[in-house]
Amino acid sequence: MAVKEITMPKLGESVTEGTINSWLVNVGDTVKKYDPIAEIMTDKVNAEVPSSYSGVIKEIVRDEGDTVLVGELICYIETESEQEQREPSEAVVEQANVATDDDSKNMRARYSPAVVKLASEHNINLNNVEGTGLGGRITRKDIKQYIQSLQTKDNGKTSVTTSVKPEQTGSGQDKEIAVTGVRKVIAENMVKSKREIPHAWMAVEVDVTNMVSYRNKIKDDFKQREGYSLTYFAFFVHAVARALKEFPEVNSMWADDKIIQRHEVNISIAVAKENELFVPVIKHANEKSVTGIAKEIYQLAHKARNNQLQAEDMENGTFTVNNTGTFGSVSSMGIINHPQAAILQVESIVKRPVIINDMFAARDIVSLSLSLDHRILDGLICGRFLARIKEILENINEETTTI
Amino acid sequence: MTENRHSSLGLSNDDVINMYKKMKLARKIDERMWLLNRAGKIPFVISCQGQEAAQVGASFALDKNKDYVAPYYRDMGIVLSFGMTTRDLMLSGFAKAEDPSSGGRQMPGHFGQKKNRIITGSSPVTTQIPHAVGFALAAKLKEKDFVTLTTLGDGSTNQGDFHEGLNFAGVHKLPVITLVQNNKLAISVPFEKQIASENIAVRAKSYGMPGVIVNGNDPLEVYDAVKKARERAVSGDGPTLIEALTVRLTAHSSDDNDRTYRTKEELEEAKKNDCIKLFSTYLRETGIVTEKIEEKLEEEIMNEVNEATDYAEQAKFASPDTLLDHVYEK
Amino acid sequence: MAEISYIQAINAAMKEEMERDENVFIVGEDVGSKGGVFRATDGLYQTFGEDRVIDAPLAESAIVGVSIGSAMYGMRPIAEIQFADFIMPAINQIVSEAAKIRYRSNNDWNCPITIRAPYGGGISGALYHSQSVEAMFNSHPGLKIVMPSTPYDAKGLLKAAIRDNDPVLFFEHKRAYRLLKEQVPEDDNVIPIGKADVKREGTDVTVITYGLCVHFAKQAANRLEKEGIDVHILDLRTVYPLDQASIIEAAGKTGKVLLITEDNKEGSIIGEVAAIIAEHCLFELDAPIRRLAAPDVPAMPFAQPLENAFMVNEEQIEQAIRELAIF
Repeated sequence: MAVKEITMPKLGESVTEGTINSWLVNVGDTVKKYDPIAEIMTDKVNAEVPSSYSGVIKEIVRDEGDTVLVGELICYIETESEQEQREPSEAVVEQANVATDDDSKNMRARYSPAVVKLASEHNINLNNVEGTGLGGRITRKDIKQYIQSLQTKDNGKTSVTTSVKPEQTGSGQDKEIAVTGVRKVIAENMVKSKREIPHAWMAVEVDVTNMVSYRNKIKDDFKQREGYSLTYFAFFVHAVARALKEFPEVNSMWADDKIIQRHEVNISIAVAKENELFVPVIKHANEKSVTGIAKEIYQLAHKARNNQLQAEDMENGTFTVNNTGTFGSVSSMGIINHPQAAILQVESIVKRPVIINDMFAARDIVSLSLSLDHRILDGLICGRFLARIKEILENINEETTTI
Repeated sequence: MTENRHSSLGLSNDDVINMYKKMKLARKIDERMWLLNRAGKIPFVISCQGQEAAQVGASFALDKNKDYVAPYYRDMGIVLSFGMTTRDLMLSGFAKAEDPSSGGRQMPGHFGQKKNRIITGSSPVTTQIPHAVGFALAAKLKEKDFVTLTTLGDGSTNQGDFHEGLNFAGVHKLPVITLVQNNKLAISVPFEKQIASENIAVRAKSYGMPGVIVNGNDPLEVYDAVKKARERAVSGDGPTLIEALTVRLTAHSSDDNDRTYRTKEELEEAKKNDCIKLFSTYLRETGIVTEKIEEKLEEEIMNEVNEATDYAEQAKFASPDTLLDHVYEK
Repeated sequence: MAEISYIQAINAAMKEEMERDENVFIVGEDVGSKGGVFRATDGLYQTFGEDRVIDAPLAESAIVGVSIGSAMYGMRPIAEIQFADFIMPAINQIVSEAAKIRYRSNNDWNCPITIRAPYGGGISGALYHSQSVEAMFNSHPGLKIVMPSTPYDAKGLLKAAIRDNDPVLFFEHKRAYRLLKEQVPEDDNVIPIGKADVKREGTDVTVITYGLCVHFAKQAANRLEKEGIDVHILDLRTVYPLDQASIIEAAGKTGKVLLITEDNKEGSIIGEVAAIIAEHCLFELDAPIRRLAAPDVPAMPFAQPLENAFMVNEEQIEQAIRELAIF
């Protein structure tokens, strides 16, 4: 025994409801499948509705004269057997997983005409704008919000210096500086990086005595010949680029549900200019010689100082090398350049007494500090990566190395 | 005792019983479809009721292993005679994947089945006439001895394709038979508001072919006319137009209320000419069927209809991922 | 190889296909002993007889409808509509029937019909002997529309159309019939339907067009070469369904796109081409997509100055390319 529902049928194309003209059965009546049970009136047709089951009318739910929506219950029938009506089987729909478009990565540098127009109108370096679109693409809305944020800050600056009295602090002689423009963007990027990326740190010391003497020997000729300096930094970038090609895990980025190992080795270098910080990129650094890298460092730094850096100069970095040694630092912890996987701080080269073959020797020692995204990288791989850089650097000398 | 008219036409007792079975089967399938529609299970029905004699009579005059048919939407009697099954028709009603006409793509009544030489049809009326003429042209070009039967309603004879198709057939003397099932209603518009000529058969004259009128409620009379038309066609004498006078015992479709244009009395009058009752009477009066035989036949048919209904209701719909299939050859 | 005209290429394709396959036949108005009003079927009646080159009654729906029937049986009809302008009475047969036969029968039936029709203006044909009608059919999946621009393509594509197992509308530019001549292979060279063709490689501006406008664009490109403007020309050849990959590739090649049709601008084939480029090439475009087309008037007038004003011409094309080049 089972109780089945009879609902208002859809009597005709475009029909949505029907009116029960009269019931042809009473509660307790026995009906056979297809026996008429009610007369229904619609806009299009008048029809006798047949029973879908054999059984006994158990309850009549809607009265004569009621207008009932298609699909709504009108009565119950108690049937003899369970198996009488199975629901028609639906076709099996295989929901294929739609593969995400390949374009989802590397969209950062794809600027729509609307974005380019706004950027040029407002003199905006697109590298400073965070993209919220697919694959990090900068949307028109992103750039509009960025422009608005700059304007808000400018207004804020005016109010700080003119109308609003700064909160009394201590001696009253503190200087307050409005956070605007590039400083603000740097701040936002740093916060974003620290908030999103679980940083871990690791450092090694490298004996670069041979490299130093080699470089000192050739630097004057080099300057005369090439017109720019052969810096230690070029050797470090060159070594890192080679190591990165061998350790693609480090040359990668986090993309929520996956890790993308970048094919190209493009090294971002930090260039400071007063209170601004630029991060131009040496593209395909693994394919370049020490000289080539030195030249590019020189050119990028020159551009940065003269406000000539273009957006494309700062795109597509895959790893950052930061020359903290310039400032005399011997130990530091870098904040990763989002969305890269790691950043390497090259500290000052210092003379240190080192024991070699049980004898003290004066050696040139440099500390390399690596900050790593612990979601992507672990100590093991980073240890090997640093060891490889150390090996490359310690083997640089006049005999083995051409620049 | 009624005169035996079928023997002289070359039909055996078994032949006429088979004709009656097909007529009755078509009627019972059609009635079941209405019930399923009224129970909300199939969205649309368009009927053969009242026209089974014309359809089955014509089909039996053809060579079912050779000839082609380009039917119209009421021709359940024809497609059943040409090899479509009760299951096939129910599958079409429920729009299931196994529907041989279209895999559930077309409304019921849009028949087509290549293996049984039933030519696929559409909803715009009369487009099938030039198609049938095209099959006949192919028969002529390939020197084959098949004929093509096409059917349509009275209203459809006003379409340009009727004129263009029949004129082409007449000019090229093609082996095609055009059967108009004149039920005197084009949905709601009566014959006298549709057709200016005294009848439809007379139109044949302008296409250079004979036009004959037959009693479409009598399968034997239709059989005879189509048989003769077929003989003409295969002997190279060209096409024939046959007008079978029939009645329509239902509304135009499940979406139509015929009380808005014909009275209950008119319908009752039409029912007196219900071809199935008339043929049943003939078979009894000639002693070919008895009440017992007819009861058994009815039971067999209802079992077949019940089985087909259950099968089709349980059958699978085509998967939505087949939506894009068969736009072009793969 | 021999140098033949566009219409001779059409004639040769039909003749070779009729020799190759006895199911191929021609039906249309005046196609028989006259050889067609443009003489596209010249000599075929004499070669193949009246059963295979059938003079039909003057009734386009029957010409197409009867062909559809015979095609469903297994024949390979070539239905000729005397002028594309007169295809309208057959639209129900083409759109409701031919286009849908395979789909509606769930692949049980198919309809291998070729419908040939001369189209296009510039021949004093006035309103009803000059129209481009392709855009009436380019929203009907199931149909293919082929519009060749050269004798070489005309022959190879017509052979493909006749052999295709689906309905093909084959529109021939009537001014091209005797204007264009070139070397065409005498052997059985079949060009696949559905593939656009690069008619000229270039780096400055991409022209995408079809039919006789390809010829105009080539002429314009040759002149612009002297100014140092390097034009890339893509000939659509099949205008439905469109070869999207080739369109995207051609647009990306230069980032500056000129689309040309002889048809009225709004609702034309090139509007759909523009949409494909807009959907796929945002980051490749270096200039707005430009369309050059006939004005939105019902059809081209008879009087020569008015006809000239209606038709897209080489000078307009040249100027449009130049403007895009300096953009």
